[in-house]
Amino acid sequence: MLRPYETIPNLPLFALFWLSLAMTRFLINRLLLAIPTVLLVSILVFLMLHLIPGDPAEIYIGDKPSTPALLAKIREDMGLNKPLTEQYLDYMINILHGDFGKSLNNNRPILDEILLRLPSTLELTLAALLIAITLGIGLGIIAAINHNTLIDTVATTIALIGISLPVYWSSLLLIVVFSIGLKWFPPIGQGGINRLILPAFALGFLSAGALARIVRSGMLEVLNQDYMITARAKGLAERLIIRRHALRNALIPVVTLIGLTFGDLLGGAVLTETIFARLGIGRMYIEGILNKDYTLVQGATLFIAITYVVINIFIDLIYVTIDPRIKYD
Amino acid sequence: MTETATVQLRPSRASTPLRRVIKRMRRTVNIWFGSVILVVVVVLAVFAPIVSRYNPILVTPADRMKPPDAQHLFGTDDFGRDVFTRVIYGGRLSIEVGLISIAVASITGTLLGIIAGYYGGLADVLIMRLIDLMLAFPSILLALAIVAILGRSLPNVMLAVGIATIPVYTRIVRGSTLSAKQMDYVLSAHAIGCSSGRIMLRHILPNILAPIIVITTNGIAGAIVAGAALSFLGLGAQPPTPEWGIMLSDGRQFLRSASWITTFPGLAIMLTVLAINLLGDGLRDVLDPRLRI
Repeated sequence: MLRPYETIPNLPLFALFWLSLAMTRFLINRLLLAIPTVLLVSILVFLMLHLIPGDPAEIYIGDKPSTPALLAKIREDMGLNKPLTEQYLDYMINILHGDFGKSLNNNRPILDEILLRLPSTLELTLAALLIAITLGIGLGIIAAINHNTLIDTVATTIALIGISLPVYWSSLLLIVVFSIGLKWFPPIGQGGINRLILPAFALGFLSAGALARIVRSGMLEVLNQDYMITARAKGLAERLIIRRHALRNALIPVVTLIGLTFGDLLGGAVLTETIFARLGIGRMYIEGILNKDYTLVQGATLFIAITYVVINIFIDLIYVTIDPRIKYD
Repeated sequence: MTETATVQLRPSRASTPLRRVIKRMRRTVNIWFGSVILVVVVVLAVFAPIVSRYNPILVTPADRMKPPDAQHLFGTDDFGRDVFTRVIYGGRLSIEVGLISIAVASITGTLLGIIAGYYGGLADVLIMRLIDLMLAFPSILLALAIVAILGRSLPNVMLAVGIATIPVYTRIVRGSTLSAKQMDYVLSAHAIGCSSGRIMLRHILPNILAPIIVITTNGIAGAIVAGAALSFLGLGAQPPTPEWGIMLSDGRQFLRSASWITTFPGLAIMLTVLAINLLGDGLRDVLDPRLRI
């Protein structure tokens, strides 16, 4: 009779293989589940132009004088005479070919406009995410391990101010103090770390407050668990207990929150990019709305929604990877 | 010798759930702080025409950019308008935005959540698909897209912020309904032949009010911030309306020379939101300690 370990000559390697197989299956499952959502999103975004009150052909013309002949030509060119379902299929086929349409304002391909500005927005949101995670987790841990002391009160107050401070107000405060007052950083513009610090801090501080509150309550819950008492009874060093036993368990729910935080940061980038005059997707989006460049807004909305869905799938993947109790299903 | 045993009958007053909540509320510092600040903000906003003798939109070139003094408590802006007056009038709009947006979100979101949780099946699938669809957009972006479709105006901003907040309600209410549905009082209501509508509104809803109140409080704070953000970006209220977002946006060019134009509306929005969040935290501790927000 074969004993289990004899059937599997190289157990660690097999486990790794099985894990990666399960992970791939999980990833494929999640991607398949995301397809209906993405399809619905694309229908909604496609309908945007039709939901705007008024004739879509008029919208394409914009502020230029419209004549019946011009309207008829645009309807023909843009396929507006076809049935809606056919228009949607054309739209989707174009999207799948990487063609998000052209900007009504400058006639440039929308995907080019987005990709041109993507690095700037990524740089800002990732820097802000780093600040939010460092500050938020740090503050949360400090508050929890000093529960019900003055330090806890100070830390929770900072977190509360963090979530109550609108990003457009904290941005202006940072400019007044660090650019105009101390002259440490240039107030606006982009390029180089000097011009990244202020907007990233303004953006990151908001999410840091929310993260700190979740980390604190998560830690407090974990600190009362039996395994913490066991760890203490074993005589482990306090630092080790916090790091190995408490933090690892308390941070699991935090990971899912990072997906949401990333969404908040993407939204917040609209404001910070406007205030700090950064050429990012957020500012492009607002200018699109203000200039009635509806095709640009439409393309950018679809792009951001798809990105957000994909990011959340990856966050889920991290989630199941760090928490072995959750099955890949 | 006769002994009379007197039994002190305690009036049942002390033990009703509402009274217990009020008792706990009195001990919660956060609620006190939050309520006091909030009452000041609301009173100033409501009685704005009595509190200030200035007109919030009247341009007075002679009074341009005066720093704060006894005449103009918060100084004047580049049009010579009194900043204090504009801040307290702005409070009216912000309170309006907070209440109306959250009314839209809470009514729609709660109804959808309770229906999804109670009926399950196809209704649940359809509603939660819709919610997933909304969650595919970062919430401020969803609000922006809605404003892009509806057009720029303050009422549209309220509607947009309200719609973007619906998923928060639906998810929590659905979860609470799912567990409330299993309770004996719902089963007995069923047994005596109550209609589904009656069970949902008269039996389930009152029992899941605690989380709804907590998300409503935090939601109002969020809606005020989001509403002012959209006006700041030029998509909501339009100048010369006294609105905190517009005041911050207009004052930006004078950060160097007249920072009071932005300082006071900024402080106003921060204090208001802080007060509501404090109140929300306090209410959460009192009503629903398990809810982690």
